[in-house]
Amino acid sequence: MDFFHVLVVLLESTIRVSVPLVFAALAGLFTERAGVFDIGLEGKMLGAAFAAGAAAAVTQSVWIGLIAAILISVLLSLVHGYASITQRGNQIVSGVAINFIVAGSTVILGEAWFRQGGRTPALAEGARFQIVNFPGADAAREVPILGPIYADLLSGHFLLTYLAFAMVPISWWILYRMRFGLRLRAVGENPGAVDTAGISVIWLRYRAVICCGILCGFAGAYLSLAMTAGFVKGMTAGKGYIALAALIFAKWRPKNVMLACLLFGFLDALAIRLQGTPLPLVGQVPVQLMQALPYILTVILLAGFIGKAIPPKAGGVPYVKER
Amino acid sequence: MDNIAIELRGIDKSFGPVHANKNINLKVRKGTIHGIIGENGAGKSTLMSILYGFYQADSGEIIVDGRPITIRDPNAAISAGIGMVHQHFMLVENFTVLENVMLGAEDSQILNKGIAKARQELKRLEKEYALEVNPDALIEELPVGLQQRVEILKALYRKADILILDEPTGVLTPAEADHLFRILGQLKAQGKTIILITHKLREIMAITDEVSVMRRGEMVATRTTGETSVEELAELMVGRRVLLRVQKGEGTPGDVKLSVQGLTVKDSRGVTMVDDVTFDVRAGEIVGIAGVAGNGQSELLEAIAGIRKATTGTVLLNGESVDVTGHRDPAALRARGLAHVPEDRHHVGLVLKFEESENAILGYHNDPRYLNGVFLNIDAIRKDAEEKIAKYDIRPPNARLKTANFSGGNQQKIVLAREMERGPDVLIIGQPTRGVDVGAIEFIHKRIIEMRDQGKAVLLVSVELDEIRALSDRILVMFAGRVVGERSPDATEGELGLLMAGVEGRKEAAE
Amino acid sequence: MSTPYAKLPGWVEYGLVPLINLAVAFIVAGLVVLLVGENPFEAAYHLINGAFGRGEYIGFTLYYATTFIFTGLAVAVAFHCGLFNIGGEGQAYVGGIGVALACLWLDQTMPWYVVFPIAIVGSAFFGALWAFLPGWLQAKRGSHIVITTIMFNFIASSLMVYLLTRVLKPLGSMAPQTRTFAEGGQLPKLDWLLSIFGLNIGTAPFNISFLLALVAAFAVWVLIWRTKLGYEMRTMGHSPSAARYAGIRESRITVIAMMISGGLAGMMALNPIMGEQFRMQLDFVQGAGFVGIAVALMGRSHPGGIIPAAILFGVLYQGGAEIAFEMPSISRDMIVIIQGLVILFAGALENMFRPAITRVFAMRGQRAAAVVQTKGA
Repeated sequence: MDFFHVLVVLLESTIRVSVPLVFAALAGLFTERAGVFDIGLEGKMLGAAFAAGAAAAVTQSVWIGLIAAILISVLLSLVHGYASITQRGNQIVSGVAINFIVAGSTVILGEAWFRQGGRTPALAEGARFQIVNFPGADAAREVPILGPIYADLLSGHFLLTYLAFAMVPISWWILYRMRFGLRLRAVGENPGAVDTAGISVIWLRYRAVICCGILCGFAGAYLSLAMTAGFVKGMTAGKGYIALAALIFAKWRPKNVMLACLLFGFLDALAIRLQGTPLPLVGQVPVQLMQALPYILTVILLAGFIGKAIPPKAGGVPYVKER
Repeated sequence: MDNIAIELRGIDKSFGPVHANKNINLKVRKGTIHGIIGENGAGKSTLMSILYGFYQADSGEIIVDGRPITIRDPNAAISAGIGMVHQHFMLVENFTVLENVMLGAEDSQILNKGIAKARQELKRLEKEYALEVNPDALIEELPVGLQQRVEILKALYRKADILILDEPTGVLTPAEADHLFRILGQLKAQGKTIILITHKLREIMAITDEVSVMRRGEMVATRTTGETSVEELAELMVGRRVLLRVQKGEGTPGDVKLSVQGLTVKDSRGVTMVDDVTFDVRAGEIVGIAGVAGNGQSELLEAIAGIRKATTGTVLLNGESVDVTGHRDPAALRARGLAHVPEDRHHVGLVLKFEESENAILGYHNDPRYLNGVFLNIDAIRKDAEEKIAKYDIRPPNARLKTANFSGGNQQKIVLAREMERGPDVLIIGQPTRGVDVGAIEFIHKRIIEMRDQGKAVLLVSVELDEIRALSDRILVMFAGRVVGERSPDATEGELGLLMAGVEGRKEAAE
Repeated sequence: MSTPYAKLPGWVEYGLVPLINLAVAFIVAGLVVLLVGENPFEAAYHLINGAFGRGEYIGFTLYYATTFIFTGLAVAVAFHCGLFNIGGEGQAYVGGIGVALACLWLDQTMPWYVVFPIAIVGSAFFGALWAFLPGWLQAKRGSHIVITTIMFNFIASSLMVYLLTRVLKPLGSMAPQTRTFAEGGQLPKLDWLLSIFGLNIGTAPFNISFLLALVAAFAVWVLIWRTKLGYEMRTMGHSPSAARYAGIRESRITVIAMMISGGLAGMMALNPIMGEQFRMQLDFVQGAGFVGIAVALMGRSHPGGIIPAAILFGVLYQGGAEIAFEMPSISRDMIVIIQGLVILFAGALENMFRPAITRVFAMRGQRAAAVVQTKGA
């Protein structure tokens, strides 16, 4: 049963590390399907994590923390929107800029306000998310196989964890079953079609960008209000880019996004688990290889060696009415 | 006068220094097909974009059904009952027909209800107007003709009473165009008003009730179609006929310089664009290729020039074979004496952000006389450019000016100077005078004939039939990727027109 | 892409517009300083003083500028070919391998002037190698260069951690870094250059690779505007269809441009490794690859603009350290903010003030235009 136990632990940590990826990748899904490329997921998530940590520390309220995270993240999204939709600037450049601005300001403001070396104060219980235990989880743990699955995999996560996985079908439903989603997908493929149908391309894209901000807000709040009890500088540590990779790996589809995030999360969990332990046949795998694997896999996918990732046709191109 | 569906009064629109529409007045009667004809750049599309709310007129009034309205965006146009079929279809390619039709007119926040209703409505429209199309088909899998049908359905679904079609036949095969005209007839019979924008006289004569002619931003005349003639309309469109009569002596054809044999070109989707084309061009003759745009002429030129890969066939340049199906090398072709004036000078023939002198070597930048080893010989390049500027009277005469700042005619002269002054054996030219001012047209035509008289082999592609007839020694007509006939330039316009429409060609091919 | 903006005089286009954008970036940065509860003017004073106040400070400023010239040039070269290489960070990191290998191999037996050329070649080679794959994947497989270069940054980071913790680390040492190089692996300082101006270099690591950076800037200018290859790259950058028409081999040029770009980024490694630390350690690039993006945008991808832009960022890095020392609540992360703001205002929002500026110049030019118009009519 030892292998089974290891597996459960591994899967449990997979879920834990996948949550911000799922939020952020779904966030990217909304903007990129609307034709606005966003490499600023990292920055938005970091900004949200800081806002959440700071607001929760000051108000001692987890909910105010969450709202602050969403507000800041949406604000940053709007900056990206203003640059890439209204000003028709380069979307990559705008994303890079936002990542830097946030990386710097979170440290400067954190240090100025809290003087804890770029951290926000450790949050007390009421100011962070608590683990949700399903009824009878502790008792069920003793049941072989199903017990640990129920108690450790299904039960025992944060509210935001369940929300993240619930967001997958919700996002799908919004994108494929709602008018907003139909229009959003259309504007990412052919904004001209949307414009001539009497729909504002600009407003539609702004709404997509706002959706992205909200989801990145959840991702950031999860980091500083659930996964850790407070903000630590640079705590996103490239998760925004992994989410971006997952989004591409998922070929811009909601269900695949979740699977890709779980895969990358699993690799991350495995890397931590395998540190120093040799594997059968291959021997010791350097942990760095495991860490790089999501990026390597994405490159291989992009190269078209395993399927082809075709981005939304109007992606990255500002809309200019034809003359 | 309540039988007027739409009236424009004093519409005026400028884009910076370009005066696209000058004081336009127009009345379109209800339940008629009203043609608007004019050359490329006459201002037709701008006018219709104003009508559809894409642009705002600087001044003027739009009156629909007797009520003056402002059309600030396409939404306002749609609610005024105006629908538009754009030249480049405004469809989402990876959506189904149904989704495209619904887009923007979904009824409710949640799609499901709307979908059922839309499906029903679509079925009704299909029946009423004989516009069958599978509502669940993806747009990208439909042929162009059906895609256009979806555009019409979109307008009808939005209850349009006035339907504007912008150059609708440019992308259609003649059979598809015929079908479209039948549909338009039917729509008219049902009481819809149709505005047909085109530069093709034949279409105007075939289907419209009334026709208005635009020339250089002005509405110059409106006629009842039955009471006018192709000749009158042509004259109204062009004004003074400058280009028609070019002084040209008899050619003295020599050896075969360019030989195309069984050339077939497929595009990226696998659609055959050029279909088993065979012809020769001799030294000292101009062979013109006539045809409606989109019948494979562009692809033929690109394949010969080595820009596009051919599927099968051979091309001989000066009697030596050119690899058209495998490794393409436009640079090597230039070195072997092939010069190419491409159809699209803005995106292909020139780099608009370059200085004039930099464009004067584009494609010839490997020539040792422009180089010192791996370095550019700037002095030589500029001197060379200045010589060409003088010889071709390119204005302003400044080799260091950004190319984007030259007028269309002067830009074309930059390309022509570059390609002609190399003393090529074979010159292939696409749309030599598209978007070129009248003065430059004459100059360009003279230069092309001079090239012939110097013993060059010239292959000319143009959608302007007049130009083909004026310049060519022999005319090949392309239709649906095939050469469907050869005529002398003395052939009547009607005869060529039938070939271009694919009517005569089919008989000829069958014989 | 056609620009909907009217043409402005050259000095406005290349001087005034970037300056206004830069000024706005600094004003916003000043607001951040206010938010932290400090005086922005005091910060500005410390910034300038910290960057230029002493010979030593100037030495540091130019030391940082050296690094940014390399990475700025790297981004600019790719820009000219229509490629957005945001992998400078990874390429510089991997370029360090070339420097380290040359030094570890020869430092004890050869003088610096023998080791240096080999290290230059090595750094450029490894940097180019790391850019080759993204370039090749773009050219042959159509993978988006922006995404692949981002991915390669992370892969480089993992690779370097592996190498520094497992391979290049001397036996018995705990620190993830190479051994310290002997004299042959240490570049001479440019104390004589500063002393011409009567300045004392002090401890500043301002070294000979600065001259190499200037040479590289000139070489890039020659490459872009005076060679056939540069002509082909610019043609591709402006119009891929025209490049195809002209018989320019796109995939070849894409790969070459990326390799030159990567090579320049890799050469950045010479400055910190041979010029300051005399060993290769973890994260020695410190975001310089990304600063290169800001520098290239500021400098409009022209070496003549990149050098001042790189010096500006040198000022920020050195002066920022001084601010951090004098005003503890403003740490060096302030630089990261300013860098982001510069990228935002000089890059993504570069056209924000253009309509207003154009209007001003249109008004000025109106009288002249009116004269022309009446003549024309």
